[in-house]
Amino acid sequence: MRAGEMLAVAGPNGAGKTTLLRLLAGLMRPSAGEVRIRGQRPTRDDPGPRRAIGLLSHHTFLYDDLTPAENLHFTARLYGLTDPAGATRAALEEVGLTARADTPVRHLSRGLLQRAAIARALLHQPDILLLDEPFTGLDAPSADRFRALLAAQLARGRALVLVSHHLAEAWDLATHVAVLSGGRWALEGSRPSDLAAFHARYAELVHG
Amino acid sequence: MAEFLRIAFAIAAKDIRLELRSRTALLSAIVFSALVLVVFNFARDPTALAAVDLAPSVLWVTFAFGAVIALNRAFYVERENAALDGILLAPVPRSALYVGKLFANLAFVGVVEAVALPLFVLFFNVDLGHALPGVLGVTALATVGFVAVGTIFSAMVVRTRFAELMLPVLLLPFMVPPLVGAVQVTAKLLAGRPLSEMMGWLRLLTLYDIGFVTLCILVFPAVVDE
Amino acid sequence: MTPELLAARRIVRRGQVLTVLGLLAAAAVYVIAIYFTPVEVRQGPAQKIFYVHAPAAWGALVAFAVVGLVSILYLWLQDERLDLFAASSAEVGIAFSLVMLTTGPIWGKTVWGTWWTWDARLTLTLFLFFLFVGYLALRAAVQDHGERARFSAVVGIMGLVLVPFIHLSVYLFRTLHPQPVLLKPSAPSMPPEMLRALLSGMAAFTVLYIGFVVLRYGLARLDNLREGAGDAV
Repeated sequence: MRAGEMLAVAGPNGAGKTTLLRLLAGLMRPSAGEVRIRGQRPTRDDPGPRRAIGLLSHHTFLYDDLTPAENLHFTARLYGLTDPAGATRAALEEVGLTARADTPVRHLSRGLLQRAAIARALLHQPDILLLDEPFTGLDAPSADRFRALLAAQLARGRALVLVSHHLAEAWDLATHVAVLSGGRWALEGSRPSDLAAFHARYAELVHG
Repeated sequence: MAEFLRIAFAIAAKDIRLELRSRTALLSAIVFSALVLVVFNFARDPTALAAVDLAPSVLWVTFAFGAVIALNRAFYVERENAALDGILLAPVPRSALYVGKLFANLAFVGVVEAVALPLFVLFFNVDLGHALPGVLGVTALATVGFVAVGTIFSAMVVRTRFAELMLPVLLLPFMVPPLVGAVQVTAKLLAGRPLSEMMGWLRLLTLYDIGFVTLCILVFPAVVDE
Repeated sequence: MTPELLAARRIVRRGQVLTVLGLLAAAAVYVIAIYFTPVEVRQGPAQKIFYVHAPAAWGALVAFAVVGLVSILYLWLQDERLDLFAASSAEVGIAFSLVMLTTGPIWGKTVWGTWWTWDARLTLTLFLFFLFVGYLALRAAVQDHGERARFSAVVGIMGLVLVPFIHLSVYLFRTLHPQPVLLKPSAPSMPPEMLRALLSGMAAFTVLYIGFVVLRYGLARLDNLREGAGDAV
């Protein structure tokens, strides 16, 4: 994948979409084949590959008893950022959490929690952002805000891999699509312009 | 190396901050240790055995049980919101995670011991006096050993259903050499014996610490990496 | 019939053959022990429990060493079959240690009047027993096969490193608190018939160990295949 591209991956439950992201993120080791980010494998202890990746998942990776500021500060130290305090401040501002930065995470509403998770994922300015079903549970305005955020990330030159049940949510932003079924790639290529036709094709591939 | 330690300290600091905020595990461990001491006190017949003979064993059994209670905490906190994955995502050497947790656990168990020791002196009327520096030293030496092993085991058992039961089952055989050594050295210290009599045990404790800390650092990545 | 299935079945068959051989050998050893060895003067006929007791301890120790070494191999080669082999060895090992731990006290009580002593052999076997229990309990508590294999390997290796420390602890303890040497079966001053019986016992138990482990391993491979097939269905 290249900067500014977004790959949307669709597939039925159990197809292996989450596993795919975990492999790309370096959380799992492939039993065959390999993942390369900038020519290196992310599972090695080599910092290089992992610095380039961010993951936004169902889990927030946040500690409930710490505040967003404390959580981000810790994350910054994990990623070896030179100015943890500054990076934390900037990230909180970017997602609009500055006002609640000192409330323990367990007291945040769902929407604010999502923002904190996004801040954590983007804190170290990853080149590649992996997203696992990010539109789940978002109402229409939140989904719009999120799409705007994704567009901004693409404009900044990031590459995105988005895994979802419902491709409609991110259709316009995607530059490529792929379908994962039963643990195998059923289709991959540039994103076609006709969503309805694609849905038909998808139904064929997965159920036919 | 500096980077490694910096990350380990960051992880330890985060754990300590978390524990200070909720305080649950620490308090349970301290109360538990105090209870154990009280039970020992009532369970013994003061005329049958001099306190001094029994004292080292009582002290170390208390330390051991208190430690086991406190040890599961460090990895338990990583279960919420898949926080452990969050750490593993980052460019963190897996061993640095282990060392960070080791430091945090040493701090927790250290606090439990720091509370249990004065209580012990109080309940059992033990005269530490000149033996105090030695006792503190051997406590530190033995604690490093079983906390090192306990930390790696707790990383494994928190993923199972019966974590509180599995940890003692796995850990207790490993606690025996440091405990036996600690009890022997403590007994000799309290009896005012010369250092030469303890050398064998001290060597055992030191060797155990070096051996197992090294082994755990080497083997830990296999525990967290899929 | 997949090649995997054929291979697993072949292993089971070999295991069965070896086990039968081992049992026959062990039976032969007992006949020799009961009828063809001299009765020990001080201990009487009960001393003959020793011919089961010592080889069982030997079997447990071998089983443990195998678990430890195969665990190291597993972490290096990441082959699931190594994990199954180590687990099989642990199951056989726990059985052998139980034999040793039951015959030991029976022997001790009959001959010397005490059920238990903290001598080096009994103590070590007791520890091996606890380590086996921990190892198998952990395996039972973990669902995912990959995780189970990794965790088992770690415990196996750590257990292996622990054994010298147990030895050292017992040694230091006994030099400080000399205890009457109640069990000294390894006294070199054994008449040749006894030594022969002992060595034959150890050989028989070794064959028995290999037989049991290979059999168990074959069965574990079959189980694994069945589970895998179940998933696919």
